[in-house]
Amino acid sequence: MLLINCPYCEETLPEAEFVYAGEAHVLRAETPSELSDQDWAEFLFIRQNVKGVHFERWRHFHGCARFFNAARDTVSDKFLITYKAGEPRPNLTELAGDAT
Amino acid sequence: MTTYRVAGKGRVDTGQPVTFTFDGKRFEGCAGDTVASALLANGVHLMGRSFKYHRPRGPVTAGSEEPNALIGTRRGAGQFEPNTRATVQEIWDGLETTSQNKFPNLKFDIGAINDFAYMLFSAGFYYKTFMWPKNFWHKVYEPFIRKAAGLGVSPTEEDPDTYASRNLHCDVLIVGAGPTGLAAARAAAVGGVNVVLIDENVECGGTLLSKPNAEINGMPSWDWLAAELVSLRSLGVKIMTRTTAIGYYHQNMIGMVEKLTDHLSDLPKDTPRERMWHVRAKQVILAQGALEKPLVFHGNDRPGVMLAGSAQTYLNRYGVLVGKRPVIITSHDSAWDAAFDLADAGADVRAIVDTRETVDEELQSQARMRGIGMKLSHTVTATSGRLRVSSIRVNPIDDGKAGDGLIIPCDALLMSGGWTPSLHLFSHTKGSLTWNEDQTTFLPKDTPEDCTIAGASRGLWGIENVLIDGASAGVKVAMALGKESQTRQHKVTHDRIGSGVSQIELPTDKSSGKAKAFVDFQNDVTAKDLRLAVREGMRSIEHVKRYTTNGMATDQGKMSNINGLNIAADALNKPQPQVGLTTFRPPYTPTTFGAFAGYHRGDHFEITRKTQIDSWAQENGAVFEPVGQWRRARYFPKRGEDMDTAVGRECRTTRAHVGIFDASTLGKIEVVGPDAVEFMNRMYTNPWTKLAAGRCRYGLLLGDDGFIRDDGVIGRMSQDCFHVTTTTGGAARVMNMMEDYLQTEWPDLDVWLTSTTENWSTIALNGPKAAKLLAPLVDGVELTEDAFPHMSCAECTVAGMPARLFRVSFTGEIGFEINVPAPMGRKLWETLWQAGQEHGITAYGTETMHVLRAEKGYIIVGQDTDGTVTPYDAGMGWAVAKTKKDFVGMRGLMRPDLVASNRRHLVGLLTEDGTKLEEGAQIVFDPHQAIPMTMVGHVTSSYHSDAMGRPIALALVECGQNRMGETVYIPMPDRTIAAKITSTVFFDPSNSRVKIPSGEML
Repeated sequence: MLLINCPYCEETLPEAEFVYAGEAHVLRAETPSELSDQDWAEFLFIRQNVKGVHFERWRHFHGCARFFNAARDTVSDKFLITYKAGEPRPNLTELAGDAT
Repeated sequence: MTTYRVAGKGRVDTGQPVTFTFDGKRFEGCAGDTVASALLANGVHLMGRSFKYHRPRGPVTAGSEEPNALIGTRRGAGQFEPNTRATVQEIWDGLETTSQNKFPNLKFDIGAINDFAYMLFSAGFYYKTFMWPKNFWHKVYEPFIRKAAGLGVSPTEEDPDTYASRNLHCDVLIVGAGPTGLAAARAAAVGGVNVVLIDENVECGGTLLSKPNAEINGMPSWDWLAAELVSLRSLGVKIMTRTTAIGYYHQNMIGMVEKLTDHLSDLPKDTPRERMWHVRAKQVILAQGALEKPLVFHGNDRPGVMLAGSAQTYLNRYGVLVGKRPVIITSHDSAWDAAFDLADAGADVRAIVDTRETVDEELQSQARMRGIGMKLSHTVTATSGRLRVSSIRVNPIDDGKAGDGLIIPCDALLMSGGWTPSLHLFSHTKGSLTWNEDQTTFLPKDTPEDCTIAGASRGLWGIENVLIDGASAGVKVAMALGKESQTRQHKVTHDRIGSGVSQIELPTDKSSGKAKAFVDFQNDVTAKDLRLAVREGMRSIEHVKRYTTNGMATDQGKMSNINGLNIAADALNKPQPQVGLTTFRPPYTPTTFGAFAGYHRGDHFEITRKTQIDSWAQENGAVFEPVGQWRRARYFPKRGEDMDTAVGRECRTTRAHVGIFDASTLGKIEVVGPDAVEFMNRMYTNPWTKLAAGRCRYGLLLGDDGFIRDDGVIGRMSQDCFHVTTTTGGAARVMNMMEDYLQTEWPDLDVWLTSTTENWSTIALNGPKAAKLLAPLVDGVELTEDAFPHMSCAECTVAGMPARLFRVSFTGEIGFEINVPAPMGRKLWETLWQAGQEHGITAYGTETMHVLRAEKGYIIVGQDTDGTVTPYDAGMGWAVAKTKKDFVGMRGLMRPDLVASNRRHLVGLLTEDGTKLEEGAQIVFDPHQAIPMTMVGHVTSSYHSDAMGRPIALALVECGQNRMGETVYIPMPDRTIAAKITSTVFFDPSNSRVKIPSGEML
């Protein structure tokens, strides 16, 4: 079981308190009706399925109930960072720099 | 005592006899014995029959890695455990044990005929033999194989024991309490960190328990061990024995199973049988030691053939000689020490056969001193003895070939092929391994976890070496935790650090096709099978493993993996690392289902949610059904009524008079805030801006893909407050979806969402007399058509209770839903029930609710829709706002597939012959077309309608709304049913019945 840091509670807690909520930074357009069929289909269905660092959403369901974002390596299953919803995608090279 | 017990040896209590039975026969052992050691003390080696060939087998080890000696243990009804390893099961007075995989008995077993059909049962025999004829698999082959193969038999009764689970957090977890683990624990604990030390065995000590002659820092090893344990406890180390680390999971989470009662004669009250520990450790030290490797030669599986180190353990730990006239066959020094220990305890060691040309002169002189014959550069080519080894055939090795054989009589054959580090838990961490050519084995390299592996687990031999390594591991983890510590000096005398060479199959003069040289004892895999697999094209060790089943038994290849790899690599003519090692997976040793289930059994397996009114339903004879996690009353049969009769009566009474229904399970969400109406506009398809406070509306929720997700009536309690209802099963999903959009897409909206499902008890009253019944009880609202028309809502009091009253109908009759604070639910129900007696009230359940709503064509999301149905498909285009800029699903509804002309529409179906259709039945347009037919839809709902006097059905049919009046066909196994497409509204299409008649006296 993973340990996950909730950026709102600022606590590292067991995975059982959280639920996964899909890929992060998939933006819903302000006015979806203006999108082409192609763009809308990509928003709805196309996901990256990354091998490596994956930006994804989690919800602290049995805690503060907030949705937040995380960068997790899907190979090692290690969290690189978690951050609040709405915050920009963190710079990966900086993260790698921190790790060394 | 018995003839094989050695006075003055071992740690068992010879003054405390223990009796138990094996296959119905009574045996005596000592307190501290395992089933295996006690049987061996009685001269019994034969303990089981093998999986495939039913060959007689005895214990080959003295520990949890045992592949052969699997027994059933029984305490009482339901307390039967198959496949228990006799080498770890402690004996207690009254224990009943049985051997497995034999018929009619262990000594004479009919299944052993498989052994003579050896040539048929070679690698891949399932795939080759049972190919043809195809239909024989289910009827003949599979039942036969299932009966013939396999290990123990599952108990049939329910397990009366209890199982517990606990969490544990610690600084350092040390797995294995041998010398490495003990030294590591001390070094870490001295540094001031909190240490947990566990061992799967009954007592700590590991290899020290088998090596009483060694002296550590001037003390005999057992005295040192006792003193060290006292000292560790005083340092605060938590020591847990009979506790196995079964799996190593992410971020240093270790699963451990503690056995609490399997060794006790009298079960204590309130003690679970086993306890599953979920441990989260900051640092982990793995000190699991090493396992001895068997040698691979013809007849190496006969009872009496055993690992030399295990024989040493039986002698030194249990005081049992496994044979009085043993022979040793080895390629490693450690077996020589075992021979010396056995000789010193009175055994007549017939010979030490070593495959090596040269052996340490010191060992040879010790052997000579004891008068033990030595045969260097020799091999064993055969063993004989029906149920126990009685002699072996020994041949000189000349240039890799076996010369002329010599028979040596014996009663035990002790073998050693060297030692393999235990890397199981290390491998669970995704740790990488590196091949060590000198030791011909894999050693641990890197792990992504905060994990240190020490001692024999990383290929270090000798007590002194592992004490030093353990201590430095302890210092290392203490430092990693920010503490300082230091190692102690460890000086060990009479330490035995051996070396050896690795062997594939021993050289033999026997035709290799006929040799039964076992590699995996539990799955009956021989060296010949492995070579055959390679010849037949298997290249990866993973393929070889699956083709031969080598290493796939319950011991997970603890004995067989390295020998299997060496032989496969030899056959492939490749170095071992290029062939690779199969992956170890949890659990380390077989684990009971009980330990995994823990508390989650019976009523605790899954929660059952009950409403406040559930108890009334129970007392009034309701038949229940599960809906999501809820238990709901399905119908209320009167004496002698079956479901159809009861539902018919409930429907009739509700349409004629009044019915009362517990709707508390409906999901309820309070949407509050200045932007509540904007939020509702964006979430639901309907327009909400113009809905006045005090009015309600049927709301439809889509996903962004345009498909129906949920529905429910939504009341606007005030300008900034909506009382949203959802389906019973969809409540949590809808809440999650709303939170998702609110938090991540529209964080600018000033809205709060609160799940209020459990805060309200909801009672629905439906029927022509509903208003008449309710009006006298209501304060604050006048229940007339003008003052409180259909689709109104209000806060008021009902029978003195604060209430939210909705004028809604899911039946087509005059309907109310009364919400009161949850704890008042049953009181309100009883009040209404009482008041309804004069109006002929009936209680009804979900089944009647379904029939009444289907008569009106009201959909059930998830029954009449399946996640691919749009509002237009469902005939509910009227619920979709036409002028909104956006709502969830609006863009989705414009997708090309969703506006295509061939979509399936929800329609009504009436069968021509008046039969009731099966829900889920497929529909075709042309019943005479060739099979496979083109299916154009399916029946979603089907009931007998009391109001219509005939069965009715709802169905999704291709272009159904354009096919009104056409006939479709439902092919069933026995016949084809014709049905006419109709409107979904069967009853009262003008909706005249929901109105309260104006002249009605209230």
